[in-house]
Amino acid sequence: MQIPYTTTIRPDTGVYNAKLGVWLFLASEIMLFGGLFSAYVFLRMGVPVWPGEINGHLYTSAAEIVSIPLATLNTMILIASSVTMVMSWASLMMDNFARYRLYMGATILLAFGFLVVKAFEYGSKFDHGYFPAESNFLGIYFTLTGLHALHVVGGIIVNGYFFGPGAKMWKTDRARFINRIEIAGLYWHFVDLVWIFLFPTIYLI
Amino acid sequence: MAEGHSIEDIRKHVRVYMMVFGALAVLTVVTVGVSYLDLPFAPALTLALVIASVKAGLVALYFMHLVSEKKVIFWMLALTFAFFLALILLFIAAKNGHGGSVLVP
Repeated sequence: MQIPYTTTIRPDTGVYNAKLGVWLFLASEIMLFGGLFSAYVFLRMGVPVWPGEINGHLYTSAAEIVSIPLATLNTMILIASSVTMVMSWASLMMDNFARYRLYMGATILLAFGFLVVKAFEYGSKFDHGYFPAESNFLGIYFTLTGLHALHVVGGIIVNGYFFGPGAKMWKTDRARFINRIEIAGLYWHFVDLVWIFLFPTIYLI
Repeated sequence: MAEGHSIEDIRKHVRVYMMVFGALAVLTVVTVGVSYLDLPFAPALTLALVIASVKAGLVALYFMHLVSEKKVIFWMLALTFAFFLALILLFIAAKNGHGGSVLVP
């Protein structure tokens, strides 16, 4: 029995089912991160100085606590991973499986690179005794970037599956596999999009 | 092919992806550069969000193929974005209406 509309377009929506499904999921994720962003706006507008006092020291700019060079590096890492992700889909569309594996592998490696940089960032915070409970700035910083990092981990798991065992579908149901990579790509671009907004609002302003 | 694209179509897409990558790299540098202007909070936030929206627009339109996507997806996203804006603006409006800090009852 074939699952309907995995490759053929569904007549009423105009897209195949998984595409509508993933966009609906991304819409819900926009509201999830939106809620946390609005919490950030709320916390920040309530005080005269931001980040404010942490462990007896008064901070007037986020750059005094977080590392802008590391965050800029992470921004470029994620943007590059979005390029390699869309190139992995394009490679499949051009019938080049070896190229697909190369680009998907690069996407996964870049994602790990992002997490390594994050680990250094978090590590240096913890070394200085800056934990989420210490202040509103640290609380919202760790919550937003932590939730984003969890989404990066989720993306690594999904992309890892499609790099490895999931790639068997290339031989059995080519068009459906290409669609799966397109869907995984849409999720991954969303993860990049969230960081594109996170970076300036938390680190730079 | 999954959606009727020819190989030549995909090659054109690849050229666009590389141009978008270049634009995103430049805009990232602009984002960091603008932060050194030391503007007050409201104009700084507005400028940061405008640049971030341009970058996000490029990713959404070209990497996520929204530029050639069906209207149902586009309108669903427009609705979501409207609600997202309402969420952010509600707090700002509530604070302004209250006339002081949101944390003071």
